[in-house]
Amino acid sequence: MAKAFALRAISVLSGDDFWRGIVSIAVFLIFWEVGSRSQALFGVAFPWVSQVPPPSAVLQELIVLVQEPSFWISALLSTLRVFEGFLAAMVIGIPLGLAMAVSRTFYGITFPVFEVLRPIPPLAWVPASIIFWPTQELSIAFVTFLGAFFTIVINVIGGAQAIDVRYFQAARSMGSSTWDIFRRIILPATLPSIVVGATVGVGITWAVVVAAEMISGGGSAGSMGGAAGGGVGFFIWNSYVGGSYTQIVAGMISIGIAGYISSAALRKIGKWLTPWLSES
Amino acid sequence: MNIQQMAQASQVASGPLGSQITVSNVSKVYGAGDFAKEVVRDCSFTLDSGKLTVMIGPSGCGKSTLIRMLAGFERPSTGTITLDGKPVTGPGLDRLVVFQESALFPWMSTYDNIMFGPRARGEDTPEMRAFAEGLLHKIGLDGFRKKYPAQLSGGMQRRAELARSMINKPAVMILDEPFRGLDAMTKKLMQEYYSNLYEEFRRTTFFVTTDIDEAIYLADRILIMTNIPTQLRAVINVDLPRPRHVEDITENDDANAIKMQALSLLHEEAMKSFARGSKAAADFVDAYAKRMNKE
Repeated sequence: MAKAFALRAISVLSGDDFWRGIVSIAVFLIFWEVGSRSQALFGVAFPWVSQVPPPSAVLQELIVLVQEPSFWISALLSTLRVFEGFLAAMVIGIPLGLAMAVSRTFYGITFPVFEVLRPIPPLAWVPASIIFWPTQELSIAFVTFLGAFFTIVINVIGGAQAIDVRYFQAARSMGSSTWDIFRRIILPATLPSIVVGATVGVGITWAVVVAAEMISGGGSAGSMGGAAGGGVGFFIWNSYVGGSYTQIVAGMISIGIAGYISSAALRKIGKWLTPWLSES
Repeated sequence: MNIQQMAQASQVASGPLGSQITVSNVSKVYGAGDFAKEVVRDCSFTLDSGKLTVMIGPSGCGKSTLIRMLAGFERPSTGTITLDGKPVTGPGLDRLVVFQESALFPWMSTYDNIMFGPRARGEDTPEMRAFAEGLLHKIGLDGFRKKYPAQLSGGMQRRAELARSMINKPAVMILDEPFRGLDAMTKKLMQEYYSNLYEEFRRTTFFVTTDIDEAIYLADRILIMTNIPTQLRAVINVDLPRPRHVEDITENDDANAIKMQALSLLHEEAMKSFARGSKAAADFVDAYAKRMNKE
């Protein structure tokens, strides 16, 4: 195991892509650092970037932040909301999408409503969901759910409707029952689209949860004491109100990292679920 | 117990050689009134039990329509199709169609694809598993049982698909240009694999092709069809001994006589569709002219 890991690490480290990635990030950081110090270095303030704190200051801020439990509580709170909303979107969205793809009648009844609700941005739901749901926490989770839900359903419907008719004919002619066709044809044939929907959906979920936390004032912020209870979105908003620009950027970067980890994890799971797509 | 005995142990009610299909005065018209298009006209023939009947005709004639009617996906406009005397009214497990392009399930390994039918019917028994193993061996895919279709070559995919159909022991097997699109070498190999499988199991088979050499190599009887609307132009019995080998056929005088007879009939039909502007038919006429010049 350790040996396999070491071999993999070596192959990653010696790959061109790895070094290109390192160079691209390094160049990006250098431009940013120089740009935000442009006033001091060149006597001219570069537009936009000179207003942003330099990466070195952000890094220092991050080092301080990761030692504070309140930062981790914020991150954990947002992660939980993302997880709840995403899970609910999967649990409700996948069966709904499959049902809509399989049954013409069900599709005819549900699709018009679905299509009217789908273009409404999740954030437009925030005021309504604060009114509808008893707790702040539930309303944030609901908006998060909406972010992933529509993407997942649309992908499931698309995937299931695109299944080659010959698979059904072949299965039927070999004696498959309707349930057998659903289990052994429709489900695996739709799986790649489900994975795509989930990977895209989780990214939207992060975007939505942060904005929802900002707008709604961070949910359980009051009960847990100030910035700590509000999630990363509220943390950023609080930093803005408090005028700490390094904290704003540090918060933004932590969301970027969290989003990347979520998508990467889902891609891994997806690869494991659909081995026939990658093995050749 | 060899493969054949296993196959017979798992026999469906159709008897060891499969069923007999009788097609009587079948016509198929699409559309109605001024837009009516007659695709098949007054076709009558039988698919004899345990025999391999090959249908050959110019591209774009109603061969696929006939297949869909035999499979039960479509009903004839007039005339009847019966299976062992009972009228065919819809798709059934007694008739199994192998399609032109591979319809293997991409998410299943070769072995799981072959076992699809038995599992669908709740027959994942030791006998069936042994039968699947035997078939895997016979089609030369022993080492590829765990591979997914995307990891197989085109020829391997067709072989796997033939095995997936054969394991179900259908009373009638219907093959719609199963080797179309393969390169010449692979095609020849496939014909040999298929011929071996057929000779071992001897099920009633309806095989559609546009390749005259393939037809003569495989057939007990060749049905030559006319251009659209498809009618039966001629029936040629191929009484060459089995098991056959590709080399024997190319050097056999009887086979060559059959070939010339079939070619001249097909040529006439191709000329007719050529006159109506069919690209495929034009290609056929060119190829025919070249062949005639050589011989």
